[in-house]
Amino acid sequence: MADITLAVDGTEVSVPVGATILDACRVLGKDQPTLCYLDNLTPVNVCRVCVVEVPGNRTLVPSCSRPVEEGMEVNTDSERVRHSRKMVYEFLASSVDLSLVDEETVDWMVRYGCDPDRYGPQADPVEDRDQRVAGHHHLGDGSTAETVHQPVKVDNELYIRDYSRCILCYKCVEACGEDAQNTFAIAVAGRGFDARISTEFDTGLTDSACVFCGNCIGVCPTGALMFRSEHELRLAGMWDEDDQTVTRTICSYCGVGCNLDLHVQDNRIVKVTSPMDHSVTSGHLCIKGRFGYEYVQELGDLAVTPIDQVLRRARVPDRDSSG
Amino acid sequence: MSALPTAAERAAVDGHLGLPQSAWEGGEERPEDAVLAEGGFRASQDRRQHILPTLHAVNDAIGWVSAGALNYICQRLLVPPAEAYGVAGFYALLSLEERPARVAHICDDVACRNQGGNKILSDLEGRSDVHPSPCLGQCDQAPAVFYQRAGEADCVAVVTDTDQVIKVLEGGKPEEVPATVPQAGDPALRLLKRIGRVDPTSLEDYRRAGGYRALTKAIDLGADQVLSEIKASNLRGRGGAAFPMGIKWEAVARSSVTLRYLICNADESEPGTFKDRVIMEGDPFALIESMTIAGLAIGAELGYLYIRAEYPFAQSLLENAIEQTRESGLLGDDVDGSGKSFDIEIRRGGGAYICGEETALMNSIEGHRGEPRNKPPFPTQAGLFGRPTVINNVETLINVPEIVLEGGDAFAAIGTTQSTGPKLFCLSGAVATPGVYEVEFGITLDELVDLAGGVTGSGSIGAIMLGGAAGLFVGEDYLDMPLTFEGAQDRKATLGSGVVMVFDDRTDFADLSQRIARFFRDESCGQCVPCRVGTVRQEELLARHCGGLPWEDELFEDIAQVMIDASICGLGHTASTAIRSVIDLGLLEGSRG
Ligand SMILES: Cc1cc2nc3c(=O)[nH]c(=O)nc-3n(C[C@H](O)[C@H](O)[C@H](O)COP(=O)(O)O)c2cc1C
Ligand code: SF4
Ligand code: SF4
Ligand code: SF4
Ligand code: FES
Ligand code: FES
Repeated sequence: MADITLAVDGTEVSVPVGATILDACRVLGKDQPTLCYLDNLTPVNVCRVCVVEVPGNRTLVPSCSRPVEEGMEVNTDSERVRHSRKMVYEFLASSVDLSLVDEETVDWMVRYGCDPDRYGPQADPVEDRDQRVAGHHHLGDGSTAETVHQPVKVDNELYIRDYSRCILCYKCVEACGEDAQNTFAIAVAGRGFDARISTEFDTGLTDSACVFCGNCIGVCPTGALMFRSEHELRLAGMWDEDDQTVTRTICSYCGVGCNLDLHVQDNRIVKVTSPMDHSVTSGHLCIKGRFGYEYVQELGDLAVTPIDQVLRRARVPDRDSSG
Repeated sequence: MSALPTAAERAAVDGHLGLPQSAWEGGEERPEDAVLAEGGFRASQDRRQHILPTLHAVNDAIGWVSAGALNYICQRLLVPPAEAYGVAGFYALLSLEERPARVAHICDDVACRNQGGNKILSDLEGRSDVHPSPCLGQCDQAPAVFYQRAGEADCVAVVTDTDQVIKVLEGGKPEEVPATVPQAGDPALRLLKRIGRVDPTSLEDYRRAGGYRALTKAIDLGADQVLSEIKASNLRGRGGAAFPMGIKWEAVARSSVTLRYLICNADESEPGTFKDRVIMEGDPFALIESMTIAGLAIGAELGYLYIRAEYPFAQSLLENAIEQTRESGLLGDDVDGSGKSFDIEIRRGGGAYICGEETALMNSIEGHRGEPRNKPPFPTQAGLFGRPTVINNVETLINVPEIVLEGGDAFAAIGTTQSTGPKLFCLSGAVATPGVYEVEFGITLDELVDLAGGVTGSGSIGAIMLGGAAGLFVGEDYLDMPLTFEGAQDRKATLGSGVVMVFDDRTDFADLSQRIARFFRDESCGQCVPCRVGTVRQEELLARHCGGLPWEDELFEDIAQVMIDASICGLGHTASTAIRSVIDLGLLEGSRG
């Protein structure tokens, strides 16, 4: 099919019909910031951090999902674009714990000059976010900036949900739903600022439809969803990525041939991922490949390593989230 | 989750959906159920759209939706419980927690708050059966209260007070007030001519008053000719965006996809707006006739009428109208002998302003959360269920019979070249005779306020809210503005949904601004960051200022700009405009202590 020619920041580029503005930017080596976009998920275009200016459009447009048009002139660095991107990051940083986002995101935030503190000190964590109802809220005096800070949900041995870190990018919902797992254990509940990722009636994961494939963990950009092992090690101050090795292997359970990346610290598997660009998995696994690794290290004769005690703590089904 | 429904919950669901056919759906175990699985992707897609009506059925009968009831609904409709929970919790009027059998939603929005709404709320503070509510579309009869009553029909009380609220909560029922318009009897009226004069429950009376002549003529003319007349009329949408109706209709009528839909947007939740309610309560057959003409013209066989839940009286009149027209062959397989088929289904909202946004409304009908979609694609390309869809506002649609009868050119001669036809305005607040007024485009704001008997209260205007909470406040210097789309645009104002709410110079505009900020925060769907967080930061900023701290204009401007530029939908785009206008008019300071 014929290509479409457009200009990005004055440079012409040709891309196939159906490509997005983001695709065109990438062809030119101009990556754009994204939060809710992932190559292996359907774009939901909700975070708005990827917006660009296109003359003829009253508002800015999301580059991650807007298809290119012949003759389009895209501006990725206008004053309006920089302002909106900065504000989106500021809004998130002032209301969500972003301490575990990737370096790229941190770089963008620095580049756009984000100052999340200008909304005032962050409000204390609350316990009632899962009970909040649509159309009503309690307003304070504005002296603190409302946040999504809340206790961590620890209700099983495999993974935890720390929604204080949730930017509501919908990725986990997509991965659990039609884009990968087709299990639909989690969805967006509530409305407005009180919108949140939830199981039905906020029931624990073990009572929900969740099959513990961990695909939601794989796509979460903020560390809100995390291996229980990583969570416990972080709490204990012993999580150390510099000390970890990543070993690629093939899952030994069935004949599908999923690639596994085993993250190993102190001779212990602490996390399992799969490469997003792997043709078999697109980054997605099942419970066996994701979590079924204990047998590898239950050989009986292993020397005790420094993190064993913490990892043992991770095998207690649930516990007080405070650590 | 394994919670089971009670017998009453099950009956409410079955009453709406019919009895379950197999054990898979929660029915009696049949021998074949052991060997034959039922359900699947296709069935789940087909059934999903019944989720909101079924949730309503339970909420209406029981007063709330328990985990057991939700599970049973999910089993019947093949919807995952987490998603059903997300859908139910999107709507303010569906309760996922047990609550008193009767609940009063007291309007404390812009018109009602200072006309008794706030007083009722403070009198009844602390009661679990009393909640504040955004505008109920009764601003000309403030204060208004909407009641949900488990096991009985919802109802509305207008011009009410604390004693009456207590009475209803203890078992009484407010009286239904038939729709009236201040101009009733004026021979110049086109859209309002039957309201208050023709029985809204009788098809026969409607026909005697000229009803259904337009449909007959439309069938004679044929779809193409009707489309030409609509285009010639230059009619622009009255729902707020002022988009030419003919362009939408033509795009769908010419689509290569033959399964198409018509939607009438009767969600009317913009604070200050009540014109659509008055039409639906006063002349429901006119809307049904208009939709029928529209459906035939664009080649849709099914039209959805999406009405806000707070309009139970209008809904019951429309249900009656649909039933009578079906019986008379004016809806159904062979509309009035045309050989064409068209029918109408009513869908009730659930207490969510955002569901008036056209794509959110479509998601709501389809059984998803009422989150707006990114555009493009536009509804005319891929709308309801992914099909080409025309969506029009109630007021826009009821112009259609006029256009068909008078001819598009004659209609276009009414008003100005860019703003053709008659226009309804919703006057409320400090005017002598609030209500819906029909005028020709082009009269000035001054003349319109005079038509409503002039300014009351202190007698001096503090500001006039135009276009609702999504619009803006203007000062006295706008009184000479001609009320046309172009006239408003020239003065950087908007007609929006036709709201003209007058506030006298004793009004506390800081308080009004805070109410508007609260409205947008409560009604944001929460999907996109600029609006989800921006509406919170805006409200916090106002709270700081109203608490005595200096106004932070730069921060406000920064918040407003990202909402305008980067939000997905019109809610975020307009969430700051009214507040900005209050600041620009100097009313935020002026009205403080
Ligand atoms: C937040 C929001 C709420 C809206 N609410 C309504 C509404 O209640 N009724 C309505 O007719 N249009 C509403 N609209 C406008 C619709 O999206 C759409 O433009 C309109 O229904 C089209 O009909 P029209 O062309 O006849 O005006 C709303 C838009 C937004 C952004
Ligand atoms: S672990 Fe798998 S099934 Fe469970 S919520 Fe995450 S994606 Fe869904
Ligand atoms: S939990 Fe993670 S993936 Fe899910 S919405 Fe929140 S930030 Fe996104
Ligand atoms: S602008 Fe607001 S209401 Fe509209 S999609 Fe975004 S969050 Fe939802
Ligand atoms: S990355 Fe495009 S909107 Fe989120
Ligand atoms: S009904 Fe109360 S403000 Fe409209």
